[in-house]
Amino acid sequence: MSNAVAKKQGTKSAAEYRAELNKVPHKPGSHKPEAILTVDNVSRSFGGLTAVDVDHLEVQRGVITALIGPNGAGKTTFFNLITGFDTPSSAKKLIGGPSSSEAAKWEFNGRSLGNTSAAAVSKQGMVRTFQLTKALSRLTVLQNMLLGAQHQTGENFFAAFFKPVWAAQEKANTEKALALLDRFKLLEKKDDMAGSLSGGQKKLLEMARALMSDPVMIMLDEPMAGVNPALTQSLLGHIQSLRDDGMTVLFVEHDMHMVRHISDWVVVMAEGRVVAEGPADTVMSNQAVIDAYLGAHHDTDLGDDKFLTDTAAVRIEKEVVAEEARSKKTKKK
Amino acid sequence: MDGIIKVLYDMSASMILPTTAAFAIAAIGLNVHFGFTGLLNMGQAGFMLIGAYGFAISIGAGLPFWAAFLIAVLAGIAFALLLGIPTLKLRGDYLAIVTIAAAEIVRMIGRASVLNDVTGGSNGLPGENFRNPFSDLSFFGDGQTTLLWFTFDNTGVNGWWSRAVTWLMVLVFALLVWLLMRSPWGRVIKSIREDEDAVRSLGKSVFSFKMQALVVGGVLGSIGGVMYILPTSLQPDSMGRNMTFLIWTAMLLGGAATIFGPILGTLVFFATRIFVQGGMRLFVPDEILNTQQTEQFSWIVVGVALMLLVIFRPQGMIGNKKELNFNV
Ligand SMILES: Nc1ncnc2c1ncn2[C@@H]1O[C@H](COP(=O)(O)OP(=O)(O)O)[C@@H](O)[C@H]1O
Ligand SMILES: [Mg+2]
Repeated sequence: MSNAVAKKQGTKSAAEYRAELNKVPHKPGSHKPEAILTVDNVSRSFGGLTAVDVDHLEVQRGVITALIGPNGAGKTTFFNLITGFDTPSSAKKLIGGPSSSEAAKWEFNGRSLGNTSAAAVSKQGMVRTFQLTKALSRLTVLQNMLLGAQHQTGENFFAAFFKPVWAAQEKANTEKALALLDRFKLLEKKDDMAGSLSGGQKKLLEMARALMSDPVMIMLDEPMAGVNPALTQSLLGHIQSLRDDGMTVLFVEHDMHMVRHISDWVVVMAEGRVVAEGPADTVMSNQAVIDAYLGAHHDTDLGDDKFLTDTAAVRIEKEVVAEEARSKKTKKK
Repeated sequence: MDGIIKVLYDMSASMILPTTAAFAIAAIGLNVHFGFTGLLNMGQAGFMLIGAYGFAISIGAGLPFWAAFLIAVLAGIAFALLLGIPTLKLRGDYLAIVTIAAAEIVRMIGRASVLNDVTGGSNGLPGENFRNPFSDLSFFGDGQTTLLWFTFDNTGVNGWWSRAVTWLMVLVFALLVWLLMRSPWGRVIKSIREDEDAVRSLGKSVFSFKMQALVVGGVLGSIGGVMYILPTSLQPDSMGRNMTFLIWTAMLLGGAATIFGPILGTLVFFATRIFVQGGMRLFVPDEILNTQQTEQFSWIVVGVALMLLVIFRPQGMIGNKKELNFNV
């Protein structure tokens, strides 16, 4: 896998990509020497509320970028927009709408993704996970994993009838899946229904499933929320090794330990906008971030990890409850 | 005593009727839709009817059996595409509404008097019009054969020939669905039932897979429709919402998302109805419930049974509780 990814990603080593970030100015929307994702004019409003309004953002290839920001900053909505699960309000329209120079456009790995379906975005190698897990409950953990594999002959309707046609590929995929499950400490659960897993395990499964597709860039929406802390450490190591194999990682996280521990670059969103960018330690002391992140708690020391993680945990909890209520409401409709 | 034996005979006979088999084929198709893919097709009888018309009218136009059968299949495919293209990108409820309406439209058009010459209007088409090419295929010869306690013509209307062919079809289709569902194709289908967005996020075109499933189940419906009218006649009013409802009942009774559930459900469903009806006729005097009323009562029993089923055994007779299917 590492070779395939490295090939897709060009020739530089992970360390070189990271080193390039040293020259990047620490300001919102700064230019990256080797941007894998470039976003322009992406905005989304729900009624009167502007949830996302990103003028310009570049994500460097081959590094781990953290996207942070207070609850409701628009991180999840931003993920939805660029992965094709939602459409920007600023999208180009057939009639009317914004002029071409002002219309939303974003480019991934050299290809424009403006009008691409979610499935097609994923096929291009930009694969995301969801903040509210989407485990396929009534499929086993292993079947969940196998769904993630790409280019499956057996997914063709006519080939499906003839097992010998796809059996070898299925076997190879199964081996890969089992290795990943082992890594994510889900191996004993492989024959359990995914619905029976705990919240944290579902997060892990979803991440492992996304990795089954050998993404060029993986986008994780709060990957460690609810995950057993003992496991977090080893998974962070895994994410770093994915990066060292050439994968680009963009993740949303509230846990500042994690952000500081593994991210090469941090992008801060507040009220839909990108308000700051830079390496983790610089960003934390940025005045705009302090304002955005802590609101009333101006005088609190942002370096105090304990404070941040604790409030973050409370925030996540509130957020999850609120989002669940919201999704229930929409389901009822 | 004779009465009880007669009821038992009727029950067992109803279980091997070719129409029961045809019904099972349609239920297998509905199971591909709902059980495996999560598609709410509320108009499976419409698929049956369109297949039946396609077949009967083609035979009437002088086409040979296989050509007419192919037309029935193509009609099912076309109907599925027509219903799927506008709805499968939308939420599940839209497909439900559109399939109910479309099935009714097919029936209404079929029974319209302007089309009397083609469809026979509300009287439909008698079996003699389209039955012979099928009977002619029989290599069972003339005469009668007795198997167990059943004696039937080898080839005639409702004979061993049509029983053998339709039940063989049931087994073949069950086998094909099994092959599909154990494959990676089936995995995508079942995943769509669970969460479409998750499937999209992994790079699969949900619309395309849902369409394929709709076509597969719809074609099975159409074939079921052809086999249903062969031993009887084509009557549009007997293939309406009621029939869709009965197919749903049979599928849920046996167990959605299982291979044999729809078949078992169909068998039990028909046998139980005969049992209730026959039993009532035996033990309840005519002054309390006459023949017509017992028939109606047996339908009430069916409705109540379905309610109890959904409440107490939502996974059906052989369904897996973990894979049960009512949280649409
Ligand atoms: N489907 C929706 N309908 C209405 N408002 C929404 C919807 N999705 C998100 N929002 C709003 O958009 C804002 C950004 O939400 P979100 O992207 O989930 O934030 P984050 O992930 O950064 O916590 C919030 O104010 C949220 O309430
Ligand atoms: Mg979020």
